Amino acid sequence: MGRIVLEKVTKKFGEVEVIPPLDLTIEDGEFAVFVGPSGCGKSTLLRLIAGLEEVTSGEVKIDDATVTEVPPSKRGLAMVFQSYALYPHMTVRKNIAFPLRMEKMPQSEIDAKVDMAAKSLNLTDYLDRKPGQLSGGQRQRVAIGRAIVRQPEAFLFDEPLSNLDAALRVGMRLEISELHQRLETTMIYVTHDQVEAMTMADKIVVLQAGVIEQVGSPLELYERPQNRFVAGFIGSPKMNLIEGEAAKKRGAQTMGMRPEHIAVSTEAGEFKGTVGVAEHLGSDTFLHVHIDGIEEHVTVRQRGNVNFKYGDTVYLTPEEANVHKFGADGLRID
Amino acid sequence: MAIVAQHTKFSKIAWPVLAWVVALIFFFPIAYMVMTSFKTDADAVKPELLFSFTPTLDNYANMTDNYDYWRFATNSLITATFATLFTLVVSVPCAYAMAFNPTRATKDILMWMLSTKMLPAAAVLYPMIFMTKSLGLYDTKFLIVMVLSLINLPIAIWMLFTYFKDIPKDIIEAGQMDGLNTWGEVREILIPLAWGGIASTALLVFIFCWNEAYWTVRLTTTDAATLSKLIEGNRAPEGLFFGRLSAVSTAAVGPIVVLGWFCQKQLVQGLTFGAVK
Ligand SMILES: Nc1ncnc2c1ncn2[C@@H]1O[C@H](COP(=O)(O)OP(=O)(O)OP(=O)(O)O)[C@@H](O)[C@H]1O
Ligand SMILES: [Mg+2]
Repeated sequence: MGRIVLEKVTKKFGEVEVIPPLDLTIEDGEFAVFVGPSGCGKSTLLRLIAGLEEVTSGEVKIDDATVTEVPPSKRGLAMVFQSYALYPHMTVRKNIAFPLRMEKMPQSEIDAKVDMAAKSLNLTDYLDRKPGQLSGGQRQRVAIGRAIVRQPEAFLFDEPLSNLDAALRVGMRLEISELHQRLETTMIYVTHDQVEAMTMADKIVVLQAGVIEQVGSPLELYERPQNRFVAGFIGSPKMNLIEGEAAKKRGAQTMGMRPEHIAVSTEAGEFKGTVGVAEHLGSDTFLHVHIDGIEEHVTVRQRGNVNFKYGDTVYLTPEEANVHKFGADGLRID
Repeated sequence: MAIVAQHTKFSKIAWPVLAWVVALIFFFPIAYMVMTSFKTDADAVKPELLFSFTPTLDNYANMTDNYDYWRFATNSLITATFATLFTLVVSVPCAYAMAFNPTRATKDILMWMLSTKMLPAAAVLYPMIFMTKSLGLYDTKFLIVMVLSLINLPIAIWMLFTYFKDIPKDIIEAGQMDGLNTWGEVREILIPLAWGGIASTALLVFIFCWNEAYWTVRLTTTDAATLSKLIEGNRAPEGLFFGRLSAVSTAAVGPIVVLGWFCQKQLVQGLTFGAVK
């Protein structure tokens, strides 16, 4: 079991309030992802749950037991650090076995569990090496192995993939997702990569300056962002956010349209613009269009290879059903 | 090109020569002392016998027979050992706390500790003598251990702090997540990772303790007297017996030189603070 509840949790570093009062519930077995721009307090929030930072006020509960005063070693959580934080003086085998040894498990049981974890992470051949003799991806696996051997209440991940190259990252992402399916244990995963958030999460928590902007499933966030910030943050390429006449006409301060929800024509449409850069990905083409009177370019996604080039005049028309509207306060208008 | 070539040739010969000259200048007094220790007191003061003399072991025999060398040596060993241990017992947790849970005051506390080394020892000499006498601690090994520990704590804490700061905090935190309490962190992570640093700190403190003279000479008479006291006390009213004095001095510095020789590598690492990973 691993239901984690934060009640009116705040955190101050000196006089600086990094987390204003915050409530959050993560259900047992859920894969929750914290996303947000750098410095928004994702790591701090995770460390508050882990117990590595003390809350300034409020309560942390795991399975209805208040753990606010409980040290990290007694919270029953496992953590994977961005830096991997392996014990450099121990072999891979000893690293993975470490939490079990701390639980004073019999050696034969430890050996069996370590072998099993090593097998599932393809580490069997490296068990007698020291972390310094491993590649980044292998170290990452050891860190995960050390976390999974001991069936914790929940796993905490702090940007575990940010030190890996792109190809490896995609592979590890899948492995972690699979692990979650297999273990059905609560996972809390911090990232600033919203693609990771979208692909892995059951529940995404979007943070900005320590404040939760929205909590919801990836699709909820994608289809119904509650405010401008979430609208701009979730989705790649970004949602186009336009102010001015076009938004006013729809009764909003800001209108948002996702790149795939804009029709392109060479003859007529709502906005007239010129093509800046056209990015051809093969499966899709991203057109960056400059529209008179709008400062930022508008990104348009077209299926397949479309033949537009620099300087072409195009007309854009948003799909009305998929236009997001936000008021002067930044909140969604329905 | 020519200049470069010349330059390399110059540095290939000149620097080693210079190094040897400097080394010899530094080494000569010690060699002189060792040589003198093998001369009779009469020969010792004759300049013409500087290098050519008939070696004798009389001074050493005399030293162990008449001066009770072994008692002083034992005192030195005991006080230096316990002072080193006590220093470590205090400085390891202290440096640990400051390295891994720093507060805004940490820098100031470190500076303050160092500032105690700036106090002239002579300023507290008489208070120390009166206090220790009235407490009945004067000339006890306990007192010497305490004094040696206290004067070496600042440097020990500074050294250890520098070593510990090199250990990523993440690793300690990973240990906490894996179930370690504070003592466990020290035992399982800190000591194994900072072993070299702790060893060189211990070694240096031990050497400082062994060599300490100001306090050990003034706060002891017989029971706790160390080798420093033995050398200091080797003054006869009718003048100095250089042969005997040199033998005593050689025997006093000998053990620590040998220790330092064997632990050269550790010492160099220890003094190049933190350059070891
Ligand atoms: N120990 C600390 N002392 C003072 N301020 C801190 C401390 N740790 C974090 N902060 C501040 O708290 C804020 C949140 O930091 P945090 O590390 O949680 O951000 P983050 O969302 O994880 O960012 P990133 O994506 O860059 O890792 C930052 O403004 C940071 O400067
Ligand atoms: Mg972070």
